[in-house]
Amino acid sequence: MEIISLIAKLHPLERKVLPLITKTGELHALSHAAQLQEVEVMRALQWLENKNLVHLHTEKKEIISLDKNGQTYKQHGLPEKIFLQSLSDTYQSLSQIAQKTSLSTEELNACIGLLKRKAAIELQKDKELSIKITAQGKQHLKQPSLEEQFLQTTFPRDLSSLNTTEKIALEELKHRKEFLRVEEQKITTAALTKDGQQIASHPDLKKEVTNRLTKEMLKTGSWKKQTFRSYDVEINVPAIHPGKIHFDNEALEYIKRIWLDLGFQEMSGNYVQSAFWDLDALFVPQDHPAREMQDTFYLEGKAKLPTQLFNKIKAVHETGANTKSTGWQYKFSKEESERILLRTHTTVLSAQTLAKLKPADLPAKFFAVSKVFRNEALDWKHLFEFYQVEGIVIDPHANLQHLKGYIREFYQKMGYEKIRMRPAHFPYTEPSLEIDVFHPIKKQWVELGGAGIFRPEVVIPLLGFDCPVLAWGQGMGRIIGEYWNITDIRDLYKNDLKQLREMKVLIK
Amino acid sequence: MPTVTLNKTIFEQLVGKSLTLEQLKDRISMLGTDLESIEGNQINVEIFPNRPDMLSEQGFARAFSSFIGVKTGLRKYTLQKSNLNVKVDKSVAMRPYTACAIIKNLKLNDEKIRELMQIQEKLATTHGRNRKKSGYGIYPLNAITFPIHYIAKDPKTIEFQPLGFNEILCANQIPLLHPKGKAYANITKEWTKYPFFIDAKNNILSMLPFTNSHQSGKVTPQTKDVFIECSGTDLHNVQIALNIITTALIDMGGTAYSLDIIYPTKTITTPNFTPRSIKLDQKYINLRLGLQLKEKDFKTLLERMGYGYQKNTVLIPCYRNDILHQVDLMEDIAIAYGYENFKEEIPNVATIGQEAALETFLTKVRHILVGLNMLEVKSYHLMMQQELTQQMSSLPQPQNQPNHKISPQPIQSTATQIFTPPITLKNAVGDFNTLRNSVIPSLLKISAQNQHHEYPQKIFEIGRIFQKDTQNSTDTGIVETETLCVSLSHETADLTEIRQILDALCLLLDIKINIKETTNPFFINGRAGSILLNNESIGTIGEIHPQILTNRNITMPIVTFELNLEKLFEKMKNKRISR
Repeated sequence: MEIISLIAKLHPLERKVLPLITKTGELHALSHAAQLQEVEVMRALQWLENKNLVHLHTEKKEIISLDKNGQTYKQHGLPEKIFLQSLSDTYQSLSQIAQKTSLSTEELNACIGLLKRKAAIELQKDKELSIKITAQGKQHLKQPSLEEQFLQTTFPRDLSSLNTTEKIALEELKHRKEFLRVEEQKITTAALTKDGQQIASHPDLKKEVTNRLTKEMLKTGSWKKQTFRSYDVEINVPAIHPGKIHFDNEALEYIKRIWLDLGFQEMSGNYVQSAFWDLDALFVPQDHPAREMQDTFYLEGKAKLPTQLFNKIKAVHETGANTKSTGWQYKFSKEESERILLRTHTTVLSAQTLAKLKPADLPAKFFAVSKVFRNEALDWKHLFEFYQVEGIVIDPHANLQHLKGYIREFYQKMGYEKIRMRPAHFPYTEPSLEIDVFHPIKKQWVELGGAGIFRPEVVIPLLGFDCPVLAWGQGMGRIIGEYWNITDIRDLYKNDLKQLREMKVLIK
Repeated sequence: MPTVTLNKTIFEQLVGKSLTLEQLKDRISMLGTDLESIEGNQINVEIFPNRPDMLSEQGFARAFSSFIGVKTGLRKYTLQKSNLNVKVDKSVAMRPYTACAIIKNLKLNDEKIRELMQIQEKLATTHGRNRKKSGYGIYPLNAITFPIHYIAKDPKTIEFQPLGFNEILCANQIPLLHPKGKAYANITKEWTKYPFFIDAKNNILSMLPFTNSHQSGKVTPQTKDVFIECSGTDLHNVQIALNIITTALIDMGGTAYSLDIIYPTKTITTPNFTPRSIKLDQKYINLRLGLQLKEKDFKTLLERMGYGYQKNTVLIPCYRNDILHQVDLMEDIAIAYGYENFKEEIPNVATIGQEAALETFLTKVRHILVGLNMLEVKSYHLMMQQELTQQMSSLPQPQNQPNHKISPQPIQSTATQIFTPPITLKNAVGDFNTLRNSVIPSLLKISAQNQHHEYPQKIFEIGRIFQKDTQNSTDTGIVETETLCVSLSHETADLTEIRQILDALCLLLDIKINIKETTNPFFINGRAGSILLNNESIGTIGEIHPQILTNRNITMPIVTFELNLEKLFEKMKNKRISR
C-alpha cells in the first residue's frame, strides 16, 4: 500500500528515470538513455533520493581526453612516425622531408629532437641540415610505439584505469602541445534501494498519470478518466517576496489609529521652522542650553515672523505681560527668533494649532505623529531624525487627572499595563510629568515620554485667553524597537531589503 | 542635565532621617529628580535645570527633608552685617553685576572642599550658562584686605600667579595658557579689558571669568572664613546664585555676613535672604489639579516643599529662582500631594477624530503600491552633501583621486521642478548635513547597499524633499514637498515596466497624466520623460544614467519615477469639489 501511494506521488521525470537505473546508474548514461538533459535527470535522482528510492554516489575522477592535436594525430599518425617513414639510408635535406611529410616547422623540430634522443636518426650539418635513418630507426618502424598504442585506445579514459606502459606514454604525451587534457570530473551514480527495486519493476509505474489539470480536460470532461499524480504536499517551496509597508509606518498607522479613535484631530506642518515657533512661542528662554548650536540644526537665512504675535510673545518673555507671570526678565532678541532650524519637537505644531483656534472651537483635541531633528552624530542609540508622538487637549475644564487618564489609555493601548507618572521639568509645562512604563522583562521602570499642562505664558499669547491645555510627547523608537527586537536604533532606517521582506507585521 | 553626587551618610545626617533603599529610590523620583544610581555610599541624582538650589548636597537634603516631612516650612537663615564693602567700577560693563558675602567659622576638610567645588561648578554650568551669564569665586578671607574693587583692566598691565600655576603670568596670557582660560575664551572674544577683583593692597583676587589667583584664591582645609563673589551679566541671576551658595554653606555650619556693594549709581546689600511673596488663587489651582484642597491642605503641602504660607500668600525661599507664576507653585503642590495619588480619568468630552487629509491620501498611495508588489523603504531626509551633488552627476567623474575633495558640480536645471540645489545645514555635527532635494538619491543609496540580495528589487519611498522657495510663499524660504519615488532594478528593468506602475497608480487614483520627452541629467538621453498633469510637470520618469549607477558602484540597471504627491493631491481635491 505504501509503495502504491509512493508511486502515485512520483513526478513524470522520476517515472522515466527510475526503471532505467536497473540497467545503468551513471548520470551521463542515464541522461542518454532517458533522452533528458543531465540537470533534469539529476533533479529526478535527488527527488528519488529524498524518497529513499535510490542512493546517490558521487565520486571524483581524473579523466583524460584528447585535445585538438591528439585527435588529429590519432587519425593521421604521430608526426615522429610520419617523419621516420619519410627517411631513407641516404641523407635528405630537411626541406625535402618537409615537402614529403607536410609537417610544420614546429613539428619538424620536435621530431628531430625526439628521434635523436631515441637514436633513430643521424644528422649532418652542411649548407643545410640533412637527415638519414639508423638501424635503430628501422626497428622503430616495425612496431607501434607505446604512445601510439595508448593513442589507439578509446577516450575519454579514467586515469586510474591506466596500466604501467600506458602511464609512461601519458607522461610523454602530456607535455605535447594541445594533445591531452586531464580534468577532474564528478561522476554521479545512482543505485536502487530495496524499495526502489520494487517500484522500478512495479506495473503501476507504467500506468498513465496526469500531471496538470488543464482547461481542455475541464471542457471535454476528460478529467474523469484521468489518474492525477499525487503531489508531495509536505515539501518546502521557494520563497516569494510580497509588497509591504515599512514597519515604521505600520507602527505610525497603529498609533494614529489610537488617537483618531479617541477623537483627536491630526496636526501637520513643516520640518523647517523658525526659532520663534519652535522655541519662543513655547516660552523657552532664549539662552536655554537646548537652543545652543550643538543641539539644534540651523539653516542659513532669516524667517518671516507674524508681527502681532511676535510682539506679544516678546512681552511675555521679557515681563510676563498680561499673564500674571514675571517673565524671564531679560531682553528678547528678534534675531534669535528669526533663526531657521529643523524642528526639535512636534510641540511646535501644538503652538501653531493654538494660534489658529477660536473660543468657539473648544473643547478640542489634537495629535501628531511626525519627525523631529536633533543635531547628533549617528550611533547605535542616537538618531538625528526620529518620530515623536504629540497630543494636546484644549478644554476649559481639563485638569491633571484627565492628563493622567489620556496617557494611561494610550499606553495601555500600546500594550503597557503598568505605568507611572513622576515629576519632571519642561520649560513650557507646569506641572510637568515624566511617564515611565514598567518593563515586564527588564523588571524596571523605563522612561518613555513627557507631559504636562501648558504654562499660561504659552497659552495666553497664542490662544488669546487662559485655558488649561494638556500636552504630551514621546519618542517612538523604543516602542518600535521593542516589538521588532531592534537594539541598534540605526537599524530602523537601514533599509536592508532582506530584513524588510521578511520582518513580521505589527499585530498588537 | 547635571548630575549631583551625594554622600549617603552626610545626606542622611542633613535630612535627619534614614530611609530604606527602596523608600529612598521612590521618594527621590517622586520629588522631581531623576535617580541615576545608588552605589554603596554614593547617590547619583540628576537635577532638572529649574532647580539649581538642589545642586548641592545641602540644598538637595533641604528639599528632601521637607518633602518627607522631617523639617517642613520656610527655613530661617540669619545674616549679620560685616560693615565691609565691595566697590564696583563702571568699567565692568561686560559683566556689570556682582553679589558678595562672607561666611565665617567653616570647619572645612577635603570632603567639604569637594562639596564646595561641586556646588560652584555645577551652578556655573547650569544657572551660570557655562559662566556666560555668571560665574562664582570663593576666597580665603584672611588673605584679603577690604575694600575690594571690582574693576576692568587692560590685561597687559596686570601680572599675577593663577590658581594651579607655579609662575606669575601676564594676564593677557591667561586665555591662551590657563585651562579655564582656554575653556571660556569664547565668552570673552570681544573684550579688550577683563574684570578683576583687586583688594585694598592691590592684590589680584581673580580674573573673570577665568580663575582665582594662587595667593588669594586657594581654599584649604585650614581655611575658616571665606569671601564669596557671584558676578555676571544679570543682577537677579547673581543674587540667586549667591543665595544658593551661602545658604548651603550655612547648612554646612557657617555663619553668614552681608557686604555693601557700592555701584556707581546705587548701593545694595548682599546677600538678601528676604523671601519674595506671591498670591495664590486656590480656586485656579484646584480646578487645574482636579482637587478640592482646603486652606490647611495648601499650607501643609506648600510647607512640605519648603515654602512659608499665610492666608493665600506664599513666601518663596530666597534660593528659589523658578517661581514665575502661581502655576509653578501649583506644580510643587502637586508634587507634595504625590503624583501617584491623582486619579486618572478620561472626561466625557465629545470631539471628532480626523486624520490630516494629505496623510490619508499618502496612505492610500502607499497601499496601491503595496498592491503592485512594491516594498516600502524609509530614508533620512538628511544626506551627505556629496550624495546629492557629485554622486548624482552624470558627467564623467575624476579618477584615482580618492582623497581629493571635489567641489560640488552644479547640476543643470531642467524643465522639471525636481533639481534645484540641495540645502546644506549650518552646523551639522555628523556627516549627514544636507536636506535632500529629491528622493531618487535615497533610493539609489539603498540599491547600492542591497546588491547582495535577491533581484528583482522593487522599492518605493514617500517622503519630503526640500527646495529653495522661489515664490516667496513660506516664512522660512524653504519649500517642503511630499514626494513619491518608485524604483525597479533587475537585469531587464526598462521604461515600459516602470511606466506600467505609474499608469496603474494613476488609473486607480482616476487621474490622467501625459509623458513628454525631456532631457534630464539623471537619466539616459532619450529615456527620460516629464510627467505632466494638465500640462504642468509633476514629476519625472526615466532610466538612471549609467554614470550615476557607476558613481555608486551599482551593477544593475534601475528605472524610476518621482512624483510630487502634493500637486497630485491638490488636483484631486479640486476635481472632487468641482464634481
